[in-house]
Amino acid sequence: MSELRTEEYHLSMGPQHPSTHGVLRLILKLDGEVIKEAIPDMGYLHRGVEKMMENRVYIQIIPFVDRLDYLAAMNNNLAVVLPVEKLANITPPPRAEYIRVIMCELNRIASHLVWLGTFALDLGAVTPFLYCFREREPIMDLFEMAVGSRLTYNYIRYGGVASDISDEFIRDTKAFLSYFRPRIDEYEALLTENPIFLQRTKNVGIIEAKQAVAYGISGPMLRASGVRRDLRRALPYSVYDKFTFDIPTGTVGDCWDRYIVRIREMRESVKIVEQALAGLPAGGFKIKVPLNLKPLAGEAYVPTESPRGELGFYFVSHGTNKPYRMKCRAPSFCNMNILQEMLKGWKIADVVAVLGTVDVMLGEVDR
Amino acid sequence: MSEEKKIAAAELLIECRKLQATYDYLPFMTAIDYPEKNIIELVYRLQSTATNETLMLKVELPRDKAEVSSLISVWPAADWHEREVYDMFGVKFIGHPDLRRILLPPDWQGYPLLKDYTDPNMIKKPVTI
Repeated sequence: MSELRTEEYHLSMGPQHPSTHGVLRLILKLDGEVIKEAIPDMGYLHRGVEKMMENRVYIQIIPFVDRLDYLAAMNNNLAVVLPVEKLANITPPPRAEYIRVIMCELNRIASHLVWLGTFALDLGAVTPFLYCFREREPIMDLFEMAVGSRLTYNYIRYGGVASDISDEFIRDTKAFLSYFRPRIDEYEALLTENPIFLQRTKNVGIIEAKQAVAYGISGPMLRASGVRRDLRRALPYSVYDKFTFDIPTGTVGDCWDRYIVRIREMRESVKIVEQALAGLPAGGFKIKVPLNLKPLAGEAYVPTESPRGELGFYFVSHGTNKPYRMKCRAPSFCNMNILQEMLKGWKIADVVAVLGTVDVMLGEVDR
Repeated sequence: MSEEKKIAAAELLIECRKLQATYDYLPFMTAIDYPEKNIIELVYRLQSTATNETLMLKVELPRDKAEVSSLISVWPAADWHEREVYDMFGVKFIGHPDLRRILLPPDWQGYPLLKDYTDPNMIKKPVTI
């Protein structure tokens, strides 16, 4: 019998694949079912936001960043507003800062819920998906009540927030938090100790702490590798230094650790919102800022902790009403850099688990 | 909070190898185009995860010969950032193992984030604010 001829198999996963969460394409070079090389290919959603911003006045920038990371638009609003306020020497009133924190943490919960639901769905568990979206709905309703829209808010503005929150909003948020806390236990009961889930996630796609830092990983992914670094604590912005909360970390840096870190983060977010609601100061929600804002010449970058990691906008201003250059430091773009290293040697089915725990958001990867 | 430091393009790699001991984390790097000064400025944000010390490292490159050594060997995080800067500004990173376009299609002509970039499909804004 003659020798069997073997060759490397190239598989294109995506851009239309349910587990690549958007329009990511992975070119997988396979030996049987084992991945020898994975090459991410993105840019399918590139809209040239950074170029567009060079021709927009400052107030026009906020709605654009809503559409970068559309699952955490509030966090993006905050990240883009902070450096401009720094350049223009604007100090928002304390009530506005508290409202910002409430909104960002609620958005973090909503974003983690979408992540958790789709991640579990990728691994074959359908129920958590339904549960997560059931709980995400009241958050969207809360945003609708306060802001008017459900996904892209354009709410956090230079000098404060667009509108004050009502007593009904505060009442409903408190009711939601007490309803939501036991729901996290429900997700955990479904997944955390589930043997199938454990088999799919334990010791899969390990990132060591040193490697994670070298690759510039941030957010829950970095903390899952055991690095205790949360920008809300490390470089406090807004009023995050006023709240007490834990920074959950993992030990191994595998998919399961990344899962449990995000679950625990939701609990911490609930704590922060409760504290912010309890300490919500009275007063104005916005100070008057010229519509045609002209920040001073200079540059500013304020790193913030978005649900995906370090999110920041680097502004270079020449003192005109448009930024000379705006660079978006997108967390999932930087977190995905390590994907090629992580996937080597794993099987195709693990790609889904690994990619799921990276929590990619193609809107901000491609920009 | 953050310090600033300007260094020459030729010394970048040697200098960064020394800096890596303090600043183990590279959150991002990017470029800014200044056509009137005929330079492209590279900005590296370096950070220490232990002390949160931050350094903004700046390198000026001539616009007509924008070449600099790649920092992948120092911080692997530089990989995609350098590809993006190559994609958008045309800066060549010497020693980068895989310098391809990252966001734009591979057959794209020109470098869009340069200030003098034009494209036949670009429409002039009817109103300027």
